[in-house]
Amino acid sequence: MSNELKKPGRIIRAPENFIDASLSQAITKNGLNEERRDFLRKSFVAASAVMAGGAALTQSAMAATFEGDPLILNHTEYDQTLGLPVAANPYGVPSKYETNLVRRESPGLTQVGGASVAFSPLQGLFGIITPSGLHFERHHQGWQDMDPAKHRLMVMGMVKNPKVYTMDDLMRLPSVSRMHFIECGANSATEWGNVAVPTVQYTHGMISCSEFTGVPLSVLLDDCGFDKKNGKFVLAEGADGSGMTRTISMENALDDVIVAYGMNGEMLRPENGYPLRLVVPGVQGVSSVKWLRRIEVGDKPFDAKDEVSHYVDLLPNGMTRQYTSVQEAKSVITSPSGGQVLIGKGFYNITGLAWTGRGKITRVDVSADGGRTWRTARLETPVLSKALTRFNIDWVWDGSPAILQSRAMDDTGYVQPKINQLRGVRGTKSIYHNNAIQSWRVADFGEVTNVQVN
Amino acid sequence: MYKLTKTILTVSLLALSFAASAKELPGIGRTATVKEIAAWDIDVRGDFKGIPKGAGSVALGNKVWDEKCASCHGTFGESMEVFGPIVGGTTKEDMKTGHVLALADGSEPKRSTLMKVATLSTIWDYINRAMPWNAPKTLTTDEVYGVVAYILNMGEILPADFVLSNENIAEVQKTMPNRNGMLSELDSKNTSDHNMWKVKGKGDVKNPPCMKDCVKKVEITSVLPDYACDAHGNIAEQNRHFGAVRGADTLLACNEHPNLAELNRMHNTKYQPDASGSKQPVTFAMTKPTTVAPEIAETTGVEMLKQNKCTACHGMTKKIVGPGFSEVTAKYKGDAKAEAHLIDVVTNGGSGVWGGSMPPHGHIKAEHIKTMVQAILSGAK
Repeated sequence: MSNELKKPGRIIRAPENFIDASLSQAITKNGLNEERRDFLRKSFVAASAVMAGGAALTQSAMAATFEGDPLILNHTEYDQTLGLPVAANPYGVPSKYETNLVRRESPGLTQVGGASVAFSPLQGLFGIITPSGLHFERHHQGWQDMDPAKHRLMVMGMVKNPKVYTMDDLMRLPSVSRMHFIECGANSATEWGNVAVPTVQYTHGMISCSEFTGVPLSVLLDDCGFDKKNGKFVLAEGADGSGMTRTISMENALDDVIVAYGMNGEMLRPENGYPLRLVVPGVQGVSSVKWLRRIEVGDKPFDAKDEVSHYVDLLPNGMTRQYTSVQEAKSVITSPSGGQVLIGKGFYNITGLAWTGRGKITRVDVSADGGRTWRTARLETPVLSKALTRFNIDWVWDGSPAILQSRAMDDTGYVQPKINQLRGVRGTKSIYHNNAIQSWRVADFGEVTNVQVN
Repeated sequence: MYKLTKTILTVSLLALSFAASAKELPGIGRTATVKEIAAWDIDVRGDFKGIPKGAGSVALGNKVWDEKCASCHGTFGESMEVFGPIVGGTTKEDMKTGHVLALADGSEPKRSTLMKVATLSTIWDYINRAMPWNAPKTLTTDEVYGVVAYILNMGEILPADFVLSNENIAEVQKTMPNRNGMLSELDSKNTSDHNMWKVKGKGDVKNPPCMKDCVKKVEITSVLPDYACDAHGNIAEQNRHFGAVRGADTLLACNEHPNLAELNRMHNTKYQPDASGSKQPVTFAMTKPTTVAPEIAETTGVEMLKQNKCTACHGMTKKIVGPGFSEVTAKYKGDAKAEAHLIDVVTNGGSGVWGGSMPPHGHIKAEHIKTMVQAILSGAK
């Protein structure tokens, strides 16, 4: 293949199709603008560098004919002109070169956009915080942009004094800011039976991690004088059309559940429940009810639609596990990952994410040979409870086929299972809570594809 | 000494007032009224706590269904076009046992609501709070009873002349086909070896963290199926155009002739079979790292006017310091030389025309000035 790096300056030998198909299509359709002209010019430079040297170009021959990268030898459009003034974009937006990495729907998964999912582009994200605009979306009856001045939260049920709070009230209360992941219970659902989708965006993109700011739910429960003896459960309800309802355990409610309005330093985005949502750390995302308007304390679970009909796990014997809330330890390599192609042999940083709903990640092992041998990866800090943890490990690709896997362990001693081990207990019809080890096959020509192994 | 004591006293009083405010929250929130609680407390629990008084016949439900439900869920509640099926896959035998056999033997690959739901209250609650899809919470209480009755009638659980009400709904619950089909993680006898409700529960799968010689022979058991190949669009457009990797243009796994793609790769030549089976060179896509430049949304002239702070002195229509842009548009309408003239004025400055002076803006890129002037002259908004 033609995609080896010839030298550190990154002169990549151009193949015969030195202009890629989409660019030539774009030129045919829209003509040459400055952007495309620039791109073409670079392609020519790269191609002619190779033609001058020939296919068997050695590094020394290259050095003789190659004067240098024109991007270094010449001034650029950026270094000889004045840039834009401050506050040109008062609410900043990403570079215009970053439009490839966006939330995307998985075609055919759902029929209606209002009851659907947009997946987070994990294949290109760094660290552990998901940019707010790329947090995955899951709505059950569409999203609304609700006026915070008209928003109310009611706490009632088995309490001494049922109360109504405005956003003014809630934002005066003592607040906490904590980083937590939110993962849909159905993340990786398509992979229970067999490989079904090509990239990590669609296999694992229903997870995101943010710093959430808000009032501990326990503060509000105390303020209303909840029934400490008989109040075993809390119902959370949304103000959207679906009136999303979920039962939360009182143990969780008093531990670390947040009535959140802040997300990554700004207010929640509308798609994520602006102006108020529940954040139930470690529990499947559906419990983190968006547009939160009511909390009811009760003595029994509430048997809501999304704990009776959906978000329940069918077992092979026909029985259905109900109230399966916790997201167990899981990890995935985000790069290199399915649908990507390595740009040449040599050094790569294998990077990925690990998380557990039961506490902290303690170790992530990585295999490059389909699980035969494993090496322990570096965990980047911070390693936080019920938050994403970033792992990295060095890898030199020698050009031979490989199968990349990652395996997470948490502080309960639990080890992320293989898909066949999960199937052995739960079959293939569970839909929810697939936390199996993900395998990515690297072909000898650099293409990475989604596979499952024994 | 006296002063010191007083200071200490003041500090401890302050501390007390903090402690008090942490327990009680004066001035925060207010007591909910009885009417407010009634308006929002609509949930109905498995034991029917919370269900309002009312009644609806199968016939009423049928009428509402045809008007408001059938377009999504199908005339018989069987449709999978928009949502999962409501009705289907349950039998008289299931009604006796309370276990839906089709969930165990897999004879109905698409699980209907009546196959899954153990608690009738859940169907009542969900229709009441979230249906119809585009107008939730608009059905009357009696209509909700009627629609629930009609669904059960379509599922051959209730007869056509049945009237469902708050008084008989608990009896009907006893015939729900999957009423005994749930293993609640809240029930400790179901979860002796694991628990997914409690944070401190154990997993149900054990995977020893082996490091060496863990698998004798690695076998690939599943790859991307053909039907999924092109479904997610061009992966090259879903990755950056720079960095450690690119997105694949066409995955080898998705190639129409994977064996030929393999030949292409080995010989770096393009082949396609002809009738005789020999290989002829043709254009044939092979997997390669494809760089797809992102779609660039060009900044419009009007956006540039704002970004370059022109709008600090010029209103879109009205004069601020200098003339409004629409005033300029009107003045130079039909003037062929206007564009060159205004580019000169913006770049080098000018005075006299509008009774003030325009400072030079030579630091702005010439092409941007041209775009902005064209936007003004064309009356862009």
